[in-house]
Amino acid sequence: MKWKKWRLELLGVLLGLIWIAPFYLMFVNSFKTQRELFEGTLNLPSSLEFSNYIEAFQEMNFLQTLFNSVLVTGFSIVIIIFFSAMAAYALARTKSKVSTVILFIFISAMLIPFQSVMIPLVSLFGEIDLLNRGGLIFMYLGFGSSLSIFLYHGAMNNIPETLDEAARIDGANKFQIFWYIIFPMLKPITVTVGILNTIWIWNDYLLPSLVINSPGSETIPLRMFYFFGQYTTQWHLAMAGLTLAILPVIIGYFFAQRAIIKGVTDGAVK
Amino acid sequence: MRTRDLSYWLFLTPVLFALTTVVIIPLGVGTYYSFTEWNGITTGDFVGFENYINALQDQRFIDSLWFTIKFSIASVILINVIGLSLALIVTSKIKTNNLLRTVFFMPNLIGGLILGFIWQFIFIRVFANIGQAFGIEAMQGWLSTTTTGFWGLVILMSWQMSGYIMVIYIAYLQGVSKELIEAAHIDGASAWQRFRHIVFPLVAPAFTVSMFLTLSNTFKLYDQNLALTDGGPYNSTEMLAMEIYNTAFVQNSFAYAQSKAVIFFIVVAAITLVQVYFNKKREVQM
Repeated sequence: MKWKKWRLELLGVLLGLIWIAPFYLMFVNSFKTQRELFEGTLNLPSSLEFSNYIEAFQEMNFLQTLFNSVLVTGFSIVIIIFFSAMAAYALARTKSKVSTVILFIFISAMLIPFQSVMIPLVSLFGEIDLLNRGGLIFMYLGFGSSLSIFLYHGAMNNIPETLDEAARIDGANKFQIFWYIIFPMLKPITVTVGILNTIWIWNDYLLPSLVINSPGSETIPLRMFYFFGQYTTQWHLAMAGLTLAILPVIIGYFFAQRAIIKGVTDGAVK
Repeated sequence: MRTRDLSYWLFLTPVLFALTTVVIIPLGVGTYYSFTEWNGITTGDFVGFENYINALQDQRFIDSLWFTIKFSIASVILINVIGLSLALIVTSKIKTNNLLRTVFFMPNLIGGLILGFIWQFIFIRVFANIGQAFGIEAMQGWLSTTTTGFWGLVILMSWQMSGYIMVIYIAYLQGVSKELIEAAHIDGASAWQRFRHIVFPLVAPAFTVSMFLTLSNTFKLYDQNLALTDGGPYNSTEMLAMEIYNTAFVQNSFAYAQSKAVIFFIVVAAITLVQVYFNKKREVQM
């Protein structure tokens, strides 16, 4: 029995090392000179070449790019959370055919792949001059609301309606009931909705690549695409750029690991 | 709240407006365009099913469909087998289980584009170096042939998604009662028998969830495809999503690309519905 457990432990650690290897190799090679990397990718660098990072940082306009990602992701999740929770509240508290049909439409919309709407979407938003960060945030509300409403709707069933009733008797209006009574009670699911949408929007490449045209407005994945294309033969710079690009995610994961794994599980299982 | 109350509609207006303008109108308008000669600016003549007939005879489109199907089958199997194995390892009370969970899950938080670039480096440069060091010819020239490009994509997706599927299996495995397994153990059931007859049926619902997630993710894959192989060599590793993108934005055949996009929608919706139906049926039988 002991022997068996020991073998399992060893297998686990071995797999863990395999899983981390790509990140390790990226990191190690980001400190090499072009020549050193050309000679081999498996050994450690003989000296740490921080100039790779300085060059990648400047070429990617890193601070501006990071700011763009924070801006787009931040605004998008705030409006997705607020409007989806509101909609789910209305749908869950109004038992009627209309509510059932509306919920069904939102859930069905999840079946539609992005590629099936992207061409007319870009064309329509181009005509009304909304191919910019504002238009992008609005599009995220459209694409993100389905799953969010679905999750909030499920959670609403656990909040007793007597709470609404009590608040109504105390003279609260519909919005006050939602904002002061219901929304705080939805906090666990709000965390899940926030995490799922953050992971998706922060990493999304295709939609921003179609919507954002002006230089200086690019999000991290978009800027990374241009950067990589430019430095594809200079792997040492590409590796430094990639390390920079994933750094914010690794930091976030370090601090919110439990909440992230729980949020992702809930989002998939429910 | 009642459906004729103003507040009901006020609460629903923002999301309904967004869904309508971003998804429903583009889908409706797009479907109409796919029957015309739409070039992005003018609609042109109504051409009936011409675009669809052309799409179904388009060798590049058909090739990408087959490539996508083969890729999805290989990935779904591997991801689920690896994901379940990882889940069984980290739930077996080994000391490093928390650290391992963190590590296995990590690739899911990073965008497919960035992961694709990292693996491009691994396949092209690191594989070549390993091949040189150990004298393995097969490690050279990865991503430069259709086969290595295919397996490159499968490896990338398995590495990325197994940790995701792992956390789903963990959620279900934790629902399996320890007493039940203990009782079977006392009755003399082997480790395999315990897994086959107790754990496996109890985690069956996890298969529905996992299959759905892996299939829809692999079938609609774009970012990883773009970053890792960009469809090369000679478009032989081009998947459906990328084929549609290229038809629209590289060849500028908007109406034609939209007809492929509608076919894509029908295929994706059909697969999803059939799969959910069969999985629900099987769950009940078990």
